[in-house]
Amino acid sequence: MQTRRLRQSSRDNINGFLFALPWILGFLIFSVYPLIASLYYSFTEFNAVTTPVWVGLDNFRQIFKDPLVLKSLKNTLFMVLVSTPVNLLIALLLASVVVRNFKGRGLVRTIFFLPSVIPMVAATMVWIWMFNPTYGFINSFLEMLGINGPSWLINPRWTKWALLLMGTWNTGTTMLICMAALQDVPTSYYESAEIDGANALKSFVYITIPSIAHVLVFQMILNMIKSFQYFQQVYVIINASAGNGTSVASGGPANSILMYPLYLFQNAFVYLKMGKASAMAWLLFIVVSLMSLLTTKLSRRATENAGVE
Amino acid sequence: MKKMTSGRLSKRLSKAVFALIVCALCCVFLAPFAVMVSTSFKTNSDAFTIPVKLLPRKFVFENYQVAQSVIPYWSYMKNTVFITVLSVIGEVLVTPMVAYSLAKIKWKGSQVISVLLMGVMMIPYTVTMIPLYRLYSALHLTNTYVPLILPAFFGKPFYIIITRQFFNGLPNSLMEAARIDGANEFQRYSRIALPLCKPILTTVAIYAFIDAWSDYLAPMIYINKQQMLTLSLGLQQYMNEYTVRWTELMAAATMFVLPVVVFFIIFQRNFVQGIATSGLKA
Repeated sequence: MQTRRLRQSSRDNINGFLFALPWILGFLIFSVYPLIASLYYSFTEFNAVTTPVWVGLDNFRQIFKDPLVLKSLKNTLFMVLVSTPVNLLIALLLASVVVRNFKGRGLVRTIFFLPSVIPMVAATMVWIWMFNPTYGFINSFLEMLGINGPSWLINPRWTKWALLLMGTWNTGTTMLICMAALQDVPTSYYESAEIDGANALKSFVYITIPSIAHVLVFQMILNMIKSFQYFQQVYVIINASAGNGTSVASGGPANSILMYPLYLFQNAFVYLKMGKASAMAWLLFIVVSLMSLLTTKLSRRATENAGVE
Repeated sequence: MKKMTSGRLSKRLSKAVFALIVCALCCVFLAPFAVMVSTSFKTNSDAFTIPVKLLPRKFVFENYQVAQSVIPYWSYMKNTVFITVLSVIGEVLVTPMVAYSLAKIKWKGSQVISVLLMGVMMIPYTVTMIPLYRLYSALHLTNTYVPLILPAFFGKPFYIIITRQFFNGLPNSLMEAARIDGANEFQRYSRIALPLCKPILTTVAIYAFIDAWSDYLAPMIYINKQQMLTLSLGLQQYMNEYTVRWTELMAAATMFVLPVVVFFIIFQRNFVQGIATSGLKA
């Protein structure tokens, strides 16, 4: 009996391993190897074809001296610290609309979510067209309201606000998660608040937000991590305004949309400074890892709290 | 009595205000779609006439025709479909296997892998892209579709997590009964677990389809032969140094986006469930 069970458990170990083998291999090839290689590369210098030559901390020294790194970091921090909270707030507002019971709610939810599945390139191009200062939809609409619209993607003071606006169209996923969280708030909370004479705004601030705070914090950090990696959209924008690939090594008007990952990408594939790019990548990785650790810690505490209740 | 009617009135008023806000929001969210589709039916001079009209002054269909000849649209379409189909096959083949191992087999590694799945999702693309690029070029695999398709055959964390969640919901008794009947692990998987997970596999297939269809970074890095490009990169060719052919670009974009919209509307229930059950799609 004992040996039979033992045999069974070792067979389970073998089977479990075999079934998970594709992912384990993928993990080694596509995650572990590149992480280690990239760490090594960050202490070397090479272009796409040459063998890496050890240069010690040279890349890191270069990074801290490079004014464009600082600039790109500032731009990225705008996305992380301004755009992300705004988008979260909008997602929450949209969620609190679709969580209510009304006719056509399913359709409305579809409309709010649909932009999130649209391929990024196509969506970005439509937005570039809409941001056109003279012939774009946005400024013509503003003109109808008697507002003289800015030149969005051309004026360096407005470019990042254009990105922010573009991002609000894309909050569907966060909205759905907020909606799921809102559905879990017991209706009795609201009923007792109503009896106490709380209006809609008050019950939103004092009941809704605290009840789903853990979800909001979690989403905030996740989206911040995503914002640290924001660059495909700006890559498309820069390509669109620079012409077809003629000067992909641009950062938009006055480098105002040169995001950190974009500059990293340009270092790697335009300037062919792969060592420096790897070093930049590892700095980004450290920041993102720290934030991820924070999220897991927070989510663990949230589940523990929920368990206590 | 009077109070009640005024209460009813204010309720009706707040309902109307709510409906108004919802309508306005819907218009805002639909506006980019409207602009895209309407521009695709405009003549070039119409698109560049002030005042800008939302509806075309004159509907024309030729943008769709011209769009297909400005770039080799159908050969890009063929490339995109090829990559997408193989990626979907890969994900659908591998995801349930790994998820089954984590949810239904009691073994030492399952706990560790579950943690690693979350960790891997957090690794920025920019960190892995340089070593992988070097690896693929050393193997002479750039300008082939291998770098775009191969990862699909090793399972994506997000798909594995939602599928594992689904397997967790299946009662163990089914597998136990088969075990007593003498079925081995693979038979239990292929004859019992796999047929039961059709709904979640549909979800995975839809996600995989949209991810592969929209993929921009990987083809941008690995493909630079003109005739091998995908649609997502091909869209850029409506822009040259001097002008952007907006009306044709919007026609091409509409054609590119349409399959995604159709699939999404058909399978949106799967979509919403996938996100709601995992709660973490980043």
